[in-house]
Formats: sequence, structure tokens, C-alpha cells
Amino acid sequence: MEEKQKNIAARPSDGLDAADDGALTKLHINYKKALRVQATIIALPFVIAALIVEEAEILPKGLVVIPIALLALAAIIRLPGRRHFARGFAMSTDRLRVVRGILFHSDTIVPFGRVQHIDVDQGPLERFYGIATLTLHTAGTQNSSVNLPGLEHALAMDMREEIRSHIKRESI
Amino acid sequence: MSDPEMHDQSTSATAQGDAMHTDTKSFIVQGLSGLRNAVFPIVAVYFATRSTGSYAIILAICAGVAIIGIGGFKAYLHWRKFTYQVNPEDIRVESGILSRSARSVPLERIQDVSLEQSLVPRLFGLVAVKFETGSGGGDDIALLYLSEAEGERLRELVRDHKDGASNAGEGDAGGTAGGDASAQLAPSEDQSTVLFAMDNRRLFTFGLFEFSLAVFAVLAGLAQYAEWFVDFEIWDVDLWRGLAEEQQGWLGGLSQVGQIVGTLLGLIALFVVGSATGLARTYMRDWDFKLEKTPRGFRRRRGLLTKTDVVMPAHRVQAIKIGTGLLRNRFGWRSLNFVSLAQDSGSANHTVAPFAQDAELAPVIQAAGFRPPDETLDWHRASKLYRTDSIILGGAFFVIAAIPVALFAPAGMVFIPIALAAIMAFANYYAWRFHRHAIDHTQIFASRGLFAPRTQIASRIKLHSVGLSQGPIAQRRGYATVCLGLAGGTFLIPGVPIERARQLRQQVIESIASTDFSQINH
Repeated sequence: MEEKQKNIAARPSDGLDAADDGALTKLHINYKKALRVQATIIALPFVIAALIVEEAEILPKGLVVIPIALLALAAIIRLPGRRHFARGFAMSTDRLRVVRGILFHSDTIVPFGRVQHIDVDQGPLERFYGIATLTLHTAGTQNSSVNLPGLEHALAMDMREEIRSHIKRESI
Repeated sequence: MSDPEMHDQSTSATAQGDAMHTDTKSFIVQGLSGLRNAVFPIVAVYFATRSTGSYAIILAICAGVAIIGIGGFKAYLHWRKFTYQVNPEDIRVESGILSRSARSVPLERIQDVSLEQSLVPRLFGLVAVKFETGSGGGDDIALLYLSEAEGERLRELVRDHKDGASNAGEGDAGGTAGGDASAQLAPSEDQSTVLFAMDNRRLFTFGLFEFSLAVFAVLAGLAQYAEWFVDFEIWDVDLWRGLAEEQQGWLGGLSQVGQIVGTLLGLIALFVVGSATGLARTYMRDWDFKLEKTPRGFRRRRGLLTKTDVVMPAHRVQAIKIGTGLLRNRFGWRSLNFVSLAQDSGSANHTVAPFAQDAELAPVIQAAGFRPPDETLDWHRASKLYRTDSIILGGAFFVIAAIPVALFAPAGMVFIPIALAAIMAFANYYAWRFHRHAIDHTQIFASRGLFAPRTQIASRIKLHSVGLSQGPIAQRRGYATVCLGLAGGTFLIPGVPIERARQLRQQVIESIASTDFSQINH
């Protein structure tokens, strides 16, 4: 325990590490487009259902279809931009910070020394837009996997390599 | 232990690397548990065919024999096809009748070896040996029933492997081949010190605090089963009304004093039954509770009918939890749990001292490399805005509930939810004083709870990530929940002012980043 204590003390305690409170790197612009397509796919069945209800003429004209259409438009046009804006990440020499969420905001830091394994995933939509999701797995129960979507695929691969090399270096 | 068994034991020990079956007697134990499964269908068949006359009993016996036969055959096949193999590097298990599965667990990955003896296997001198890998449940190996000596041997083998790994100079790691498990165990028992043990008196006090009325739930459940078999309709209103009227007549006949005495007797009976249940459960679980510090870690033994014997290395303790109960807190009784990667009968916490005073807990906490919390720490309370919000939210639920009550219930009733709202609001206001956290060079402390305070202590370098999370209210009010990534448990500190939360995160992150994962667990 004493040894580790010295270890901590020996580190220069730079109070304002760029990765902890500094500026965030924005996600790729294609992530916004992907979110928009996703929102459209989710909204479509609701709009169709609303149109069917409208055709059936059970309720007064426009009572269902107008609110649904407005919600769908908000989800497709306004929300992806805001979600894109709320997300971000910062990577320094030994840690990754991931920030996300509009209503429920979260701001997580994962030190590379605690990463168990790393995934780079691409769904069909992400492949079309050339982006990928980087996932870091830790042994903790809380934040056991930290997702970072919307990275350019090449960047995600580079980040993975860098984190992996860091793990290897520390284990030796 | 009989001689032939010891002989059998030593031959299997020398033949390391051979595929071995579990103990032959385990087949009998499995069969016996099959017998237990057969009882219920036999009874069911008997009652279902009762009307057909004398055939009923024959049918029931046939059904029983069939079930035991099929079960026994299955148990035999399983036993036949289940082999385990102890290699210098790993333990392998092959099993399955139709679909075969093979699993290999490297010895380094084994966190704990636990020996468990329930009643029937104990009569045959058998133990269930479980290897825990800490992979989040499910993925460990259980060897259902080996002889006691074989169980000890396997445990020593895994321990010796760990020792060999940590002090590479020691060439005696293969010494287990001698096969005499008890001789192996002796030196380690010499060096062990008892950290915490519960005598009969302590167990009795503990049992009283474990007061439980669960037995009534069990009785109600049994009554429902009884309804199935006998023509006694438990939900038959007329029957109960008849009974109640009889009773009322009887009660009414007594004087008022008599009625009060009757009620009192009823309450006393309830208390006696509840206490007896608590006592019985406590005695069963924690009989002869003993926690020792051995060179290989903590060793806990407990249990009356089902004896368990768990060893966990001290460095695997990720965090500790101190809890208490509403009533027992008044008398200073606390419980202590270790949070670790390995599982303890389904829960990730290992109870190391279920019922102890602070003074008794301190040495246990120190033995695990932690420092007990005290007043000299720099304690910080939650944000005052958090207090205001939790008062409002706590009260709001009952205020909203008051609206339908005011509209539909009789006039005076509305004061009940209003009073509850006031109580909730006051409880939240008062509880804030007990809601605090602190950080020192190596640990992070958090404690909360008004009537039954709970304290959690984690080692800073053993955390895996740090996050700040804020809901819609928290974002506007400027506080956050600090989420610490703890292996085997959760550690959340809600309502921390955002500036303080950032500071906490910064400090913890510095500790984590300075040490690699491979250094903290090996």
C-alpha cells in the first residue's frame, strides 16, 4: 500500500488535466445524419398508424395526426442535432472521457489501465456513413461497458490500437 | 474417515492429470434427493386416484418407483459422463449425456475454492467443491460431491499454485502429491488468528433481532396446498364465518378484562413465533461462526446443517460495507460485508461479521487493509439544493395521492396522506445530516441513512471508472451523482455539488490511472 502511495505522490498532480475538464472533441458529423435516419425509421410506424386512425374517422379531424406529425418532425429535425451537440469525448495519454445525454447527462472517465477488452462495432447504418462505435469494457459493475458511438471508422480503429498498446505497456 | 478411502485418495492424487469421476457415493446422494422429488407426485397420484379404491396405493407406488428409477438412471448417466481433470495449469470438466461440454478454468483465474456440506452429503462424508472465477456468476465449476479429503486436496492445490505464482523461488508447490490433505492444512491453521467469532450468547441476541414473521407466509402457502388434497376450502367464506361466530360468542361471553388478556396472549404468541423463526434461521445459518485471518486470506466457517467454509484472499476485497438495522442500531450492532469479485451464495457480498460492535469490527476492517471511518476525516455533506429537492419530491408523492383521497374518501381521510407527506419531507430534511462522504489518501467513504446508517468504503486504486451523472433536476440545480465503477458492487454518491464532484473525480482518477489492473489483483 505504501508503495502505491508513493506512486501517486510521484505523479505530477496537474490539477487541470485537459481530459478531465477541458474542451471535448465533437463526434463525426455523419453521426447526426445516422441519428436522423434512425429517428425517421422509428417515427415512420407511428405516423402510418396515425394516418390509419385519421382515415377511420373515429376522432375529430387532425386530433391524432397533427400532434404525432409534430412530434415526429421534432424527433427527426431538431433532436439529432441536439443529441450530437450533447455528446463528446476527450482522450489523453492514459484515459478516455465520454460525455453524453441531454436530459440525463453523464460524464464518465475510464483510465486505460482498467480496460479489460475493447470492441469496435458497426451496424448497417453506421457502415453506410463510415462511422463506428467504440466500446470499452471494465471489470466494474457500474459502467461495465462504456459506449462511444459516432467515431469515424479509421479513428475508432486508431483509438483502439492506442488504448490496446497502452494496456500492453502497463502490464509488462 | 475409513482407510480404503484414504488409499483411494492418495492414488488419485498421484495420478494427476487423469480424468476422474466424482465420489461414487455422490450417486447415492443424488438418488436420495431424487427420492425427495418423488414424494410430492406420489402423494398427488394417491389423492387423484383415491376414488378408484384399492388401486390408488399401487398406482402411487408405481409412479414413485418410475420417478425414482428414471431419476436414478439419469443421475447415473450424469455421474458416468461427468469427469474432472486437475492439470498443473488448469482444471477441466467434461460433462453432458447427449451434448457434451468441456470447460477449462486456468488455476490463476480461480478466485475462491469453497467447500459446502449440506445435511445428506455430510452423513456420507462428502463435500461440494466450488471453484469461483469471479466472472459474474454462472461460469464457475461445481464438483458435486467429492470426499472431504479430496476437497481439501483440491483446495490446497489451488492455493499452492497461487503461492508458487507469487513466490517463484519456492519449488515445493507440487508437495500436494503426498496426498495427505490434513497434514497440509495443519501449518496454515497454526498461523491463523481468529478475527471474529460468535458464541452462543451472541447468536441468541442476533437471533432475537432477526425477528421474522415469514413463517406465517409459509403456513399460508402450505394451507393452499392442503386445500388441493383435502376437502377443506380455505377461501370458503361460510366456513370461516361459522368459525368466527363461534369464537365471537365465546369471546363475548368473557369479561372485558378477558378480551384484553386474550389479545395480549395473541400478541405474545406472535412475538414468540417471530422470535423463534428468527432464532432458528440464525442458528442454522451462523452456527459456530468463525472468521480467521490465515496467510492465504480470510477464512470463514459457519452453518449448523449446511456447513460452509470459504476462503477469500485479502487483496481481492474491493470495498467494504457496514450496515445495521432500525432497532439493532440503537444497541450499536453492525454488520460487515466485503465486496469482492467472487460470489457468496448468489450475492456478491461476503458477510464477514453479521452482528458485531464497532470495536470488534475495527480489527477486521484493518485486516482487510482498510481504515475504519471516524470523525477526523474531512466529511462533506450533500448539496443543500439536493436536500430541498428531495424534501419536495419525497412529499410530492403523498400530496398527489391526497387529491383523489380528498375527492372520493370520507372527509377526515385527507389528513392521512397530508401527514405522510409531512413525515416524508421531515425525514428527508433530517436524513440529509447523515448523508455524507469523505476521501483520504487511499480510500473513499460514503455514508447515508437516518435510522439505519449504511457506510461504504472503497479503495481508490481498486476502482475501475468514475462518472458523473445528472438528471434533469440535478442539471438545473447544480449537483451530480458520483458513480464509481466498483467490481462486484455499486458505489453511488448522490447529491454532490458539481464542483466538489469534479474534484472527487479528479482525485480518484489520479489514483486509478497510476496503477494498472494487472497490479491490483495479482
